[in-house]
Amino acid sequence: MSTTTPVLPGVTSEKLPGTAAGRVRKRLNTRAATVVSIIIAVLWTIPTFGLFVSSLRPEQDIKTTGWWTFFSSPAFTLENYNDVLFGRSASSGQLANYFVNSVVITIPSVLFPIAFAAMAAYALSWIKFRGRDWIYVGIFALQIVPLQMALVPLLSFFSRGVTLAGITLMPAWNLDDEQKFIQVWFAHTCFALPFAVFLLHNFVSQLPGELMEAARVDGASHAKIFRTIVLPLITPALASLTIFQFLWVWNDLLVALIFAGGGDETAPLTVRLAELAGTRGNEWQRLTSGAFVAIVIPLLVFLSLQRYFVRGLLTGSVKG
Amino acid sequence: MEFEDISPKLVMLLYGLVGFVVVVGGLLLLLDTVPAFFGRRRERRLVAIAAGDIPAPTRRPRKPREFGYALFFLFPVLVLLAIGLVVPAIRTTLLSFMNGDSSEFVGFDNYNWMFTNDDAVKVLLNSLLWVVLVPTVATSVGLIYAVLVDKARLEAVAKSLIFLPMAISFVGASIIWRFVYAYRSEEQDQIGLLNQIVVWFGGTPKQWLLDSPLNTLLLIVVMVWIQAGFAMVILSAAIKAIPADIVEAARLDGVTAWQMFWRVTMPSIRPALIVVIVAITVATMKIFDIVRTMTNGNYDTNVIALEMYNQSFRYQQTGQGSALAVFLFVLVIPIVIFQIRNLRKQREG
Repeated sequence: MSTTTPVLPGVTSEKLPGTAAGRVRKRLNTRAATVVSIIIAVLWTIPTFGLFVSSLRPEQDIKTTGWWTFFSSPAFTLENYNDVLFGRSASSGQLANYFVNSVVITIPSVLFPIAFAAMAAYALSWIKFRGRDWIYVGIFALQIVPLQMALVPLLSFFSRGVTLAGITLMPAWNLDDEQKFIQVWFAHTCFALPFAVFLLHNFVSQLPGELMEAARVDGASHAKIFRTIVLPLITPALASLTIFQFLWVWNDLLVALIFAGGGDETAPLTVRLAELAGTRGNEWQRLTSGAFVAIVIPLLVFLSLQRYFVRGLLTGSVKG
Repeated sequence: MEFEDISPKLVMLLYGLVGFVVVVGGLLLLLDTVPAFFGRRRERRLVAIAAGDIPAPTRRPRKPREFGYALFFLFPVLVLLAIGLVVPAIRTTLLSFMNGDSSEFVGFDNYNWMFTNDDAVKVLLNSLLWVVLVPTVATSVGLIYAVLVDKARLEAVAKSLIFLPMAISFVGASIIWRFVYAYRSEEQDQIGLLNQIVVWFGGTPKQWLLDSPLNTLLLIVVMVWIQAGFAMVILSAAIKAIPADIVEAARLDGVTAWQMFWRVTMPSIRPALIVVIVAITVATMKIFDIVRTMTNGNYDTNVIALEMYNQSFRYQQTGQGSALAVFLFVLVIPIVIFQIRNLRKQREG
């Protein structure tokens, strides 16, 4: 191969079929390919686009004409957003409140599992002790336990505490209103750990062993190696995990429904939106703008950090 | 929105962040100081030994100290997993053999109910339809698209468009698609795209979400819409990883694009294909949000995960809900074992 000069792709494809008919077929192929891919791309984009356009139209227009008529008779307003975010009436959505809830739920639910998982991943990769592989396999296997398996008992763990043979080991937490955030954080942290440990272990265990050896010889403790060598080196992995966990928590409905309840003190955007869709399914001016409020943050995060997200995906995921 | 409404929430957030700093910072600090303390003590002792003040101790094995470190690093994860997953999973399994309020042992009654009650069987059949259709259709679309846009102009943009729904919550996606399926009576202008298309072609508009089994298929479309991007990204990376000389050799042999796809591309990306199908299957089994938001399980669209939620948290039938959860778990096990085997083979091969 070393003697052949690099061939341009265009040249090879022309040489390939040899005949004029072949060339025509080849061009048809690429043209058909382009058409099909454009069709798929349009099909995939149009629903979101229609929602976005609708959210900017006046209520009367949304309810009487299709969003595609916007382009022949454009009418533009931000009233829907104002109404759905800050409206006073109980039916308006009051999403600003729920938006704050989503933020309050998400930040600790992302920080805690990642910090704990990073520590565990280090121990499972670079501290030698008996039973290490078994613990790792156990954590890995927990990825498959569906959330549904844990919901009922975990909820009673919070609401009734733990009693064993009549002795109260832990009293009920008795959380109300805003304090319920704690149990949401707790639940999200637990459920995130198996995948987080798995993903970080993949990265941490592939760090060069000589590096750790050298640091040990220099007398660095495990804590020091973890802080000054491992953490900086796995920043990309931490970034992908952060995006994953952020999207997961922000978009979650099931955990929030059960552990946060439906009140406006703690329920996140997803719960409120699902409620609006159920009770006010025809108030499209609120649903369209509300849905867009809920998806705009993850979309921005996603678009700006897509690279890290894809890298995380490629490490292989079977999140439970 | 008043500030009084959000200030208690922000206070909670502050508590959460302080808690994070205290817990994680505290753990790291302990890790730093405790060994250093013992280290200093040992040093003093060594100095004393060197000076001949005390006799040299018999050498202790280093192993237990490493174990202590490991325990320290692993402590939060192990405790949380035990409280949050292991013990609850065991308890759910036990609850599945109890009656609705968990006061009496009922043997296999709940499982019997699951496979004989008409509504419950309908739920299982719907879930089966989901699990058959979503992985196959989503993977096919993702694969076709990945092949088509490979090395095309604007590839990155084209891929982002398909990938975007991955960032949208299932609830958001459900609202987007409910709007597509929206219905207005015949005399009115349609506001839903699907009905408008039907009208343009001379048909009469329909209430799409009311008729079974068509409504389940339309819900499945939403899941396909979300998952195709995931399939596309993984498969596209696999296609790019095919060694260039294999492709080149096939080209020199004069294969057509069709042959290239079936004889070169497909065998090379098989492992990735399996990973994708398995991951989508597992996600589909647990589908909950879409059905709840679109139809709330009415009109014969119910699925396992939603029925589990309803039984446990709406009807307080913890036994039946737990049985459904256990069934879900049992369904997932063989798939994931298969997946792990594959990953291992891939890594060795």
